[in-house]
Amino acid sequence: MLVRGLRVLGQAIRTEPRLFTIGVAGSSVFGLLVIANSYVVGAVIGRVVVPAFGAGSTTTGTLVLIAAVFLGLSVLRVATIFGRRLGAGYMQFRLQARYRRAVTRRYLSLPPAWHQKHATGTLLSNANSDVEASFVPIAPLPFAVGTIVMILAAVVALFLTDWVLAMVGVVLFPALFALNTFYARRMSPRQIKAQRMRAKVSAVAHESFDGALVVKTMGREEDESRRFKVFVDELRDALISVGRLRGLFDPIMDALPSVGTLAVLLLGAWRLQNGAITVTELVTVAFLFTVLAFPVRAIGWVLGELPRSVAGWERVQAVLAAEGDLAYGTATVAGSGPATLRFDKVDFAYGDGPLVLNDVSFTVPPGRTVALVGATGSGKSTIASLAVRLVDPDAGEITLDGTPLPVLSEAGLTTASALVPQLPFVFDDTVRGNITLERETVDDAAVWEALRLAEADGFVAKLPGALDTAVGERGTSLSGGQRQRLTLARALAGRPRMLVLDDATSAVDPRVEAAILASLRGGDAGASILVVAYRRATIALADEVVYLEQGKVVATGTHTELLAAHPGYVDLVTAYEKAEADKAEAERVEAEA
Amino acid sequence: MTAGTYATIKRGLALSPELRPGLGGTIALAVVQMSGRVAVPIAVQQGIDHGIRGAGGPDLAFVVKVVAFTFVALMISTLAGYLMTRRLFTVSETALGALRSRTFRHIHDLSMLHQQSERRGTMVSRVTSDVDQISLFLQTGGVQLLLASGQLLVSTIVMFIYSWQLTIVVLLAFGPAVAIIRLFQKRLAAVYGAVRERTGVMLGAIAESVVGATVIRAYGVAGRTEKRLDTSIGRLEVAQKKALRTSVTSFSSGEVGAGLALAGVVVAGVLIGVDGGLTVGRLTAFLFLVTLFIQPVQIATDMLNEAQNAVAGWRRVLDVLDLEPDVKDPDEAGVDLPAGPLSVRFADVSFRYPGGPIVLADVDLSLRARTKVAVVGETGSGKTTFAKLLTRLMDPVEGEVLLSGTPLRDVRFSALRSRVVMVPQDGFLFDATIGENIRFADASLTDDQLTAAFTELGLADWLAGLPNGLQTPVGERGEALSVGERQLVALVRAYVADPDLLVLDEATSAVDPATEVRLQHALDLVTRGRTTVAIAHRLSTAQAADEVIVVDAGRVVQRGPHADLLTQKDSIYANLYASWLEQTR
Repeated sequence: MLVRGLRVLGQAIRTEPRLFTIGVAGSSVFGLLVIANSYVVGAVIGRVVVPAFGAGSTTTGTLVLIAAVFLGLSVLRVATIFGRRLGAGYMQFRLQARYRRAVTRRYLSLPPAWHQKHATGTLLSNANSDVEASFVPIAPLPFAVGTIVMILAAVVALFLTDWVLAMVGVVLFPALFALNTFYARRMSPRQIKAQRMRAKVSAVAHESFDGALVVKTMGREEDESRRFKVFVDELRDALISVGRLRGLFDPIMDALPSVGTLAVLLLGAWRLQNGAITVTELVTVAFLFTVLAFPVRAIGWVLGELPRSVAGWERVQAVLAAEGDLAYGTATVAGSGPATLRFDKVDFAYGDGPLVLNDVSFTVPPGRTVALVGATGSGKSTIASLAVRLVDPDAGEITLDGTPLPVLSEAGLTTASALVPQLPFVFDDTVRGNITLERETVDDAAVWEALRLAEADGFVAKLPGALDTAVGERGTSLSGGQRQRLTLARALAGRPRMLVLDDATSAVDPRVEAAILASLRGGDAGASILVVAYRRATIALADEVVYLEQGKVVATGTHTELLAAHPGYVDLVTAYEKAEADKAEAERVEAEA
Repeated sequence: MTAGTYATIKRGLALSPELRPGLGGTIALAVVQMSGRVAVPIAVQQGIDHGIRGAGGPDLAFVVKVVAFTFVALMISTLAGYLMTRRLFTVSETALGALRSRTFRHIHDLSMLHQQSERRGTMVSRVTSDVDQISLFLQTGGVQLLLASGQLLVSTIVMFIYSWQLTIVVLLAFGPAVAIIRLFQKRLAAVYGAVRERTGVMLGAIAESVVGATVIRAYGVAGRTEKRLDTSIGRLEVAQKKALRTSVTSFSSGEVGAGLALAGVVVAGVLIGVDGGLTVGRLTAFLFLVTLFIQPVQIATDMLNEAQNAVAGWRRVLDVLDLEPDVKDPDEAGVDLPAGPLSVRFADVSFRYPGGPIVLADVDLSLRARTKVAVVGETGSGKTTFAKLLTRLMDPVEGEVLLSGTPLRDVRFSALRSRVVMVPQDGFLFDATIGENIRFADASLTDDQLTAAFTELGLADWLAGLPNGLQTPVGERGEALSVGERQLVALVRAYVADPDLLVLDEATSAVDPATEVRLQHALDLVTRGRTTVAIAHRLSTAQAADEVIVVDAGRVVQRGPHADLLTQKDSIYANLYASWLEQTR
């Protein structure tokens, strides 16, 4: 534990050597000044006070000198305090910020599959509390290093005074260190547990607040509170167990320097009797132990926080070292205009689960619209995710204009294709920000054009700030249909060459949908379209239909062809008509009876 | 709402009664511990004055006696320290745990509007990092502050016993420091408040980047998100550094006080001593005492600074707790709903979001019990608002909603939520198994009962097709399932809750038509005797309903059975239906 902890500190020092040096320098000078203060006190007592008390008089000059010396030392100390504290604090905060950036960069580069396995609350905890914990010992670190300098100086000073009294320090300081090491080892598992429980509490809280509407509508507040309380209680118990150990450690750490002072008094009296030291020297040494008692604790703070630091650090490292990146290539899609999307013998499974897609092959020819049709859970959304490379297939290949997707660069992929997901995700930003996403190609005219196409220009124009209206976290100020249109406009604004619509137009009037699709197809600036659809109107707009059953392509052809050939397909797309006919039939029978 | 430090602590203590019991005992133990610390300088003084510089030369036996006595005192003090810390930790962590739980519950009790007005990351921070600040402070600073106060008190008393004149010198020397520290407390409160606030904002930004990871990747906008994250992280860093600078400045004033005190005591001590008012031993001991006085002053200054950070966290927690839920559970004072199927009445109901335009105006209608009603209209017409008022997720601005003649505001939530269930647009699932998600409605259900529910709704095949059936995990937010599948689970969850009024807000919008029709049939069979209100985008739902309510621009413009509404040529419904036919034929 100690080794691992020191390694974290070493890493921190290597990262911020300048601030660390400032802190240590400030702290070391501070320590030397504290020792100097002890000697000044001893000297003042021995050379000024004792003679003055003996003579019964003193001079103003002497008094001014004394005052000046003490005040001068004090001013110097203030300067070193600034150096020590600001050095340490800036170092701590810079490290926190640096690792928060690193962790959140990882979040951004890890693929959706990784995110699915990690609770948002836990990730929040990794980026916040774990990073914080990693660098907690940094704050007292320069102080502790300075204290070590101080202790070494003190031991030298002690030896110069009297070797017997010095032995007290020689025994005491290692004892303090040993106690700290023992403490750190015992504390480690408790801190790891506490840190883990912090993440758990955060995870449950985030999930529960995220699902607040369901909690409310089902009246589950009480049960959710109970669920939360289980983890809160565990965190509480973990923290209490941390506290108990600390309760044992802290008072002993406090007492040891006092024991040292008593030993100095005892040994000092004996040495004085033998004439080995003077009263001044005894007072100086005793004073030294008294003032050392406090700074020595700084070492305890560093060592005491190491277990928590290591616990946090390891959780942070787990994120930084997480694997499964979907690395981008460097290629761009050649050419312009509508692109060709090809799925070739694609297999896919989520984790170790069963195959969700089995040997899927189909092509979206340039400028054409292909509809994916299938029952709920047949794998349509998975195909949509694969088409824009949110995931990679387990087997087979997906190409865009002949280029395999993994070879494409980020820009190459995302400018060529766009996905409108089933659940609209809206950023906590303005309407404009949500549509442009700061893509340079999208100016205000393009924004309005996209909004118009998505039939969102009407409601946006009525918003109090039009394009500048902030829509709130996840677009809470908009209705579900409005959010869907906004995300549709976002995709259209980028003028993609391949557009993937995952049941993304359910809230849009079919006439509007037809207009959108028409404006995109054909022409040099047009797009090819892969659309997941249930509506017959949408399906009818498609040049071709790919019909899926349980992850397999059962048939490909035009809507009319499939209607004639596949009873499953017929059942699916004519469900409403049939239901209506059945109802009419039932009513007729009822009427006759 | 930013209450002062003192007010925050007072209110915080009032809201955490767990902190109070045994406080006296804890303080008593702290005093014992501190007395032990003071014993050492007294021992030094006694040892020097009477042992080493005694009348008849150094008296080793006396020194041994003093040291032995002090050692015992030190041991007792250490033991007291152990007991004190233990107690303090147990009490404070228990109280903070309760505070987390209470705040969590309170956030859930707030109305939907309140919940939406705050970012989730920020809400999470109120039960995590904000409370952590208090906890961290109590674990380190709290003990220190308590000990420091004790040490300050004891050493002041002892100093007075040794020399009242020198004690006054010390107190005067610290006068300016105390004034400066006091002056700084307000600024510290502000800068630490900024630190807490920016932490919340940062958590909100991180949460968004995590939840929106798919969209960020799909649009290749990691760069833009990175910039936003960096900004929020950087703003926090700036606030932290500013808080640090303020606190160091405040802290160093204590150091100057220490220098003044030491200089003053030596000068005054010599002046008094030369007149024979003080012995060398006493002056020496007094200097030790000054050190013992300075230390806690410095610690206390430091801890007061940190306390401002904790108080800032505490204030944020209290700010949430002080928000009165505006859709309030009448609880004990409330009534139950009459037994049996529920009828619905909207009496001149209007609604607007705070500061927004009217979204629902003068809705006045009654729905008979046991009927199946569909609410249709364009997106943004007020359909969802209707559902939210009906389930009392919000209260109308004007008029009232009644169920079987009982005003909703009077119905206690325990009764309301068990009888009235809504399935929202995105049927949120928890990161658990399918079975556990359904048991969310009723924990007592057995696996067999759950399977039966799936069968009754015609979903047995779908369940059987899952790798682990009911034990299939759904992933974070249910993302291991498709959106349509999530809706199926959410529907089963509402179904097993067996409400008397079921409100479906586009609950099957992502389900394929064949499954939807099957579900509708199944629901028809089981909804006999139950009132159902379905907000629908697909007009198949309206066709199957007993009555259709058409909402347009916040007003009810048509109502009646599907067939009747169709006869009203060129009406909104007729147009909607024509467009529906166009979509589905």
